[in-house]
Amino acid sequence: MNAVLTLEEVGVSLVGRDLFRPLDLTVAAGETVAVMGASGQGKSSLLLGICGGLRPPLRLTGEVTLDGHSLAGLPPERRRLGVLFQDPMLFPHLTVRENLAFAVPRHRSREQRARAIDDALGRAELLAFGERRPATLSGGQAARIALVRAMLAEPAALLLDEPFAKLDVPLRTRIRAFVRSVVADAGIPCLLVTHDIADAEELGARVVALEAPSAGEG
Amino acid sequence: MTAIRLPESGRAPFALWPPLTLAVLVTPVVGGLLGTLLPAFGYLPALGLDRVSLAAFGELWLVPGLGTSIALALWVALGSTLLAFVLALAFVAGTMALPRSAWTRRLVTPLLAAPHVGVAVGLAFLLAPSGLLVRAASPWLTGWQVPPAWLFPGDPWGLALVFALVAKETPFLVLMILAGQTGIDADRRLIAARSLGHGPLVAWIVAVLPTLYPGLRLPLFAVLAYGFAPVDMAAILGPTVPPILGVRVVELLGDAQLARWPVGAAAALLLLALACLAMGFWRLLERPTAALGRRWLTGGPGRPMPALIPRSILTVAVLPSALALLGLATLPLWSVAGRWRFPGLWPDGLRFDGWSALGVDLASSVVVTLTLAVVVAGVAVALVVLCLEAETHRRRAVPPRAVLWLFLPLVVPQAAFLFGVQVLLAGLRVDGTVLAVAVVQLAFVVPYAFLTLAGPFRALDPRWALAARSLGRRPGEVLWRIKLPLLAAPLATALAVSVAVSVALYLPTMFAGSGRVRTLAVEAVALAGADRRSAGIVVTVLALIPLVAFAAAAVVRRRTERRR
Amino acid sequence: MSRSTALVLALFTCLTLSTASAVASTPRSSWQAILSEAQGQNVAFNAWGGSPAINAFIGWVADEVDRRFGISLEHVKLADASDAVARIVAERAAGRTDDGSVDLLWLNGENFATLRHQDLLHGPFAFDLPNFALVDTVGKPTTLVDFTVPTEGYESPWGMAQLVLLHDTRAVPVPPRSLAELGAWIEANPGRFTYPAPPDFIGTTWLKQVLLDSVVDPAVLQRPADTADVAAVTAPLWAWLDRVTPHLWRRGRSYPSDGQALHQLLDDGELAISMSFNPGEASQLIAAGRLPETVRTATFDDGTLANTHFVAIPFNSDATAAAKVVADFLLSPEAQARKQDPRIWGDPTVLDLDALTPVQRAAFTALPLGVATLPPDRLGPARPEPHPSWVEIIERAWQERVQG
Repeated sequence: MNAVLTLEEVGVSLVGRDLFRPLDLTVAAGETVAVMGASGQGKSSLLLGICGGLRPPLRLTGEVTLDGHSLAGLPPERRRLGVLFQDPMLFPHLTVRENLAFAVPRHRSREQRARAIDDALGRAELLAFGERRPATLSGGQAARIALVRAMLAEPAALLLDEPFAKLDVPLRTRIRAFVRSVVADAGIPCLLVTHDIADAEELGARVVALEAPSAGEG
Repeated sequence: MTAIRLPESGRAPFALWPPLTLAVLVTPVVGGLLGTLLPAFGYLPALGLDRVSLAAFGELWLVPGLGTSIALALWVALGSTLLAFVLALAFVAGTMALPRSAWTRRLVTPLLAAPHVGVAVGLAFLLAPSGLLVRAASPWLTGWQVPPAWLFPGDPWGLALVFALVAKETPFLVLMILAGQTGIDADRRLIAARSLGHGPLVAWIVAVLPTLYPGLRLPLFAVLAYGFAPVDMAAILGPTVPPILGVRVVELLGDAQLARWPVGAAAALLLLALACLAMGFWRLLERPTAALGRRWLTGGPGRPMPALIPRSILTVAVLPSALALLGLATLPLWSVAGRWRFPGLWPDGLRFDGWSALGVDLASSVVVTLTLAVVVAGVAVALVVLCLEAETHRRRAVPPRAVLWLFLPLVVPQAAFLFGVQVLLAGLRVDGTVLAVAVVQLAFVVPYAFLTLAGPFRALDPRWALAARSLGRRPGEVLWRIKLPLLAAPLATALAVSVAVSVALYLPTMFAGSGRVRTLAVEAVALAGADRRSAGIVVTVLALIPLVAFAAAAVVRRRTERRR
Repeated sequence: MSRSTALVLALFTCLTLSTASAVASTPRSSWQAILSEAQGQNVAFNAWGGSPAINAFIGWVADEVDRRFGISLEHVKLADASDAVARIVAERAAGRTDDGSVDLLWLNGENFATLRHQDLLHGPFAFDLPNFALVDTVGKPTTLVDFTVPTEGYESPWGMAQLVLLHDTRAVPVPPRSLAELGAWIEANPGRFTYPAPPDFIGTTWLKQVLLDSVVDPAVLQRPADTADVAAVTAPLWAWLDRVTPHLWRRGRSYPSDGQALHQLLDDGELAISMSFNPGEASQLIAAGRLPETVRTATFDDGTLANTHFVAIPFNSDATAAAKVVADFLLSPEAQARKQDPRIWGDPTVLDLDALTPVQRAAFTALPLGVATLPPDRLGPARPEPHPSWVEIIERAWQERVQG
């Protein structure tokens, strides 16, 4: 894996007005970059924009490339980006196992799928939890499943939107360590947006700060 | 990895569905109006009429009692809408002021589910001179051995009709107000206003209602438009000599002498003009009423209001709907009553042969009604889902005005355009078929499905879909496997509402079905005048279908809540 | 409205003779051809659907013609026969000359006149039906002349009707025997009498009965209305109504919708008198528990309106063979006897009992009369219907007076 995530003059605009000064940024394979900013500054919108989920009237400006290919105009399912939100977003009507199966690429054989899911459950140390409903998991368990689910889709880069914000403080350290090991093993670029410097420190991330848009712009 | 780049201008997923859905809704209305307009001006080539003239309007003025019919139409539509609105406001304000009365809101759903015909029959059986209410007081209190000779139903002033419309529409408006309240943080506004010294009732009207009102205009106009031709209810509750204009339109258009059709079409246009006039009049009076109300309500400094006032207001607001429910509840008893002479409060005996005799006869109606309800509700909810899904994929925001077109079939009086629809269907040789009825019903069901589903669908966290798509799944699969299951509860409610609307539709079914597609609503109107046992049976079955649908929706809601 | 030819009473006999010969000349083989053609056809039988008892009878007919002739009969329930007339007229106007939506229609009077006048009926076919030979065309001349209009074989008789008044003997021990007596009774018992609002057919029939009983020269009603001084002829009708209306149920400010609603009001005790066009209906309703056992029927000494109801086949039906087979089955002694059974429907037969075999006749004579049904000899004279053109005139005038 040698994928690189590049942001060229990437910003978020609301009816022609930038929310922050557009970013120029390169995230190398195996590297983690933390974009820091205050709440309400458009961090989450930036991440939504990169994975193709920004809704009008918000727009993503600039050019995002992954592995040398521009992501412009690509639907989310073809961007090969794994994404974790503040909430684990585990589908409540599916079991843990079904949640993981949803992420396995279609072309796999039945045995391959089953093995991939078992590996993921093992990685999350939740082998016995496959038939449970997401609602019965603890916050930490759900966060781990969310991460291994995202990785099952074999993303070329990982995007994290403050995935630890809603966890208890002692738990955060453990989950950060888990994320860090998973990202390191995968060797893919990882982009994190957060307002908590501990996130950046414990993930070993390079820090980039969001700046207010320059006056007169837009 | 060679990713194909989609240009920004490429077609967004599901983009075809909103225009298609709009076509399904708008075509019958516009086509129907055109098919009514031309004959009214003397152009109906199939009948050998091809010269444009105003003769039909001239003949219309000669119809005996037309002036009374027009006056009745205006009074019934405007009076029932205004009364229902005032009662709905009083109800919501009253339950806000008296927190312990919130349980009364549960009355809303069963009445919302009840078909119009059912409400009319239930009220007729309850309030007629030989009805249960008089029986309950006779002869021990009233001394009546023979039913009193008061004019209900069928009073020449349309009071019975207005009462039934109010009973049926108040719950609908209550629901619309409650739905609107959740979006505007009503509780905080109320507290703010009360801290300024207003009583709870006045506080609600001053602080909440003005923000709420613009969103209520559309439901109000739907109620108003329906009030111009509640033909099914009028068949049971009158007035008969002369009837309201909407009934006249239907009578003229059903005349065996085709020469009367252009007159009927002219009457339909007159009805449309009256409805437009009424809506304009309503809008015109909004501002002065609001100004007047504000001055009156805020005139005195917050005088403490005795609890008796909101309580009695609440009682008055609930009364018509409660009576309608009571009337509906007695229908199963009528359906099995043996001889039941006045003033007996309980039938001489129960007999079930009516069910077996009529039951066989009704079986086909039940099948037709259920088939239509299931198909129409399914297609309507599917169309609404596809439109709402398309909305999430749009690159530009949806202009709010575009959504208003969805409600066109609800704000044009049915009697004004259904004849034209029938002419169109006859031209295609599909009039009188179940398919034709289904297509026309769709136009009336989709708006309600949209009203029910749009809020929850738009409120669904967009990150669900994004998370699912980022796992490599296409929008269609994400919709089917993730979003729809997440929306199971509102989907079930939307299906139940759609079933209730489809089952209750009378005029659209009569016209598109040429009277030959005998749904339960059609049978109920036909049998309502016959004996009470037959009417009781038909209306019981008719009212049961939406009730079962709503119960099923409640089960789905409880199950999904447990999952969270 | 129809401007069909005036009726000459002498025509009665001519027609009777000509049909007799027509019946005799029907070749057996052509009926066989019709029977085989009918097999597998679908018949949309458009018939009033407001009475559970009648609907059940038609359901039985549907089962029988399916079993015997392989015909699938669908009962299209109408609120009024004129709905189907409007549809047939509209279909012709739209150029739909085949595959019409109506195959068989239950009708009489003005609806027949309208369709016949516009040449919208298939036929003549009635005289060719094998069972038509059993019809009592001499004793029941209205089987050939429908509201003064000769059927000419374009409709086939189905049942007999005569207007009777139902009264609850607890409120009315001695029923009025004339229009004048009834008027006096109404004035003495305000609020206990009314009639359905015309154009409901019972309501219209009642207006015609009053017209018949109050007009100076009843013969004028047998001719089209445009040959008479309408205002003068109908003046006594309005005079009688003006006199009683203030004493009607609801003081004449509201009227029941149809005959069924009238019976319900009688059952409730709001009315003491209701009316029916079927002499056996009262017994049937008592048996069904819809009227008290104390209800009886009566007619006027001078007689009441009587007519025959028919079935006809529209010009654009695609199932004329099956429609004829059904019409013939409706005339069969078996179906006629079942129809006359007061526990089923109670509608009097159009057949001549003397023309039947002893076994067939026994099926009729074994029928109970019904507790409230008058025996034929006490029904009083059967008076002929006025010319159809009078109907619209009195309906419209009534509307103007009541609604105007």
